[in-house]
Amino acid sequence: MATETTAAHGAEESSSLVFHPMDQFIVKPLFGDGAIAWYTPTNVTLWMFLAIAAIFALLVLSTSKRAIVPTRMQSVAELAYGFIYKMLEDICGKEGVKYFPYVMTLFMFIVCANFLGMIPTSFTTTSHFAVTIPLALAVFLTVTILGFVKNGAAFLGLFWVSSAPLALRPVLAIIELISYFVRPVSHSIRLAGNVMAGHAVIKVFAGFAAIAVISPVSVLAITAMYGLEVLVSFIQAYVFTILTCVYLKDALHPSH
Amino acid sequence: MATEPLAKEVAGTCVDAGGSAIGMPQLCFDWFPNQIFWLVITLVVIFLVLSRVALPRIAAILAERQGTITNDLAAAEDLKAKAVEAEEAYNKALADARSEAQRIAAEARAEIQSGLDDAIAKADAEIAAKAAESEKAIADIRAGALEGIQVVAKDTAAELVTALGGEADAAAINSAVDAQTKG
Repeated sequence: MATETTAAHGAEESSSLVFHPMDQFIVKPLFGDGAIAWYTPTNVTLWMFLAIAAIFALLVLSTSKRAIVPTRMQSVAELAYGFIYKMLEDICGKEGVKYFPYVMTLFMFIVCANFLGMIPTSFTTTSHFAVTIPLALAVFLTVTILGFVKNGAAFLGLFWVSSAPLALRPVLAIIELISYFVRPVSHSIRLAGNVMAGHAVIKVFAGFAAIAVISPVSVLAITAMYGLEVLVSFIQAYVFTILTCVYLKDALHPSH
Repeated sequence: MATEPLAKEVAGTCVDAGGSAIGMPQLCFDWFPNQIFWLVITLVVIFLVLSRVALPRIAAILAERQGTITNDLAAAEDLKAKAVEAEEAYNKALADARSEAQRIAAEARAEIQSGLDDAIAKADAEIAAKAAESEKAIADIRAGALEGIQVVAKDTAAELVTALGGEADAAAINSAVDAQTKG
């Protein structure tokens, strides 16, 4: 995203094009240049805390007046609440509502991190597998544990497709089992991959802007990609959340 | 991903001398603990903020709004019922007033009719009296006229008899005139 950096690179080496599309994903310490230990405050910390601040502003500060006739910000907060609540209720039914704060946390974090990542020169935390894999694993483990706690061994019925012919069931069970364990992988890579790819593409277009003749096209392309990425930011958060709801439904009602 | 940069990343060098990323920074496992640590902190904070403050508050706001809307709807329903009642009362009053007006008009008409009948009867009686009186007067006049005619006829007859050289016999003339005028 950092267009200035590209311009600087372009000035240094005006003859040759320089692309560093992946530099925007480097994790840097906030203070000094030392090694990155697990506790070091880094740009990850900064942008995650900004996400917390954004969520706090949107859901807590805007609703502080508890107005019957909502202000604009309050109605956005209410929309977000209603959106996720309805999604969870539609998919999981009444029992799923218990897990609403959990699902809402995931959605709000991802959507805010994605949109903060759209700010030029920002760091996009959700573009890292190190972030999305724990998110997906948390969902996977929650669903698996919850499934066994709620249903006991009956949870394994999820893999035994009783509506299929008996001969096919073992084959389907293997397929179901594989697809079950692939879930966290696809769940996490979908999010990080989409966000990373979009940001990298924008950066590549920004690299082309160093050439005067191409730069108008490049700027247009960046604009178009940016619009697409705004869409992707929301859609990926939505997809992650709706899949979480679907997986949660499997845990609550394992029968097909 | 080529395997070579990955090997370097595993060795702990994710950034080259120029400060650029080697391969995908997403696969730099040196940075994983840091990111996971801060992610966990972030999620816990967000979860606490949402579950303790934000979500109950928004739920309360929505419930309160729903309550207000329900109350307002009920109040509106009440008012509507009242309006319907008032309209009925108005219509009833209107119908009453109309029947009352009709009754009064009928009474007045009856009164007028009876007065009129009296007046007509009285006028008829007067007219009859006047007519009888007139008839009597006419009969008198006619009788008077008949008598006059007889007198004139007798006188004329006596004169004629005298003028023709006869002897006027009063009794003969009288009987002759009476006989003539009777017819």
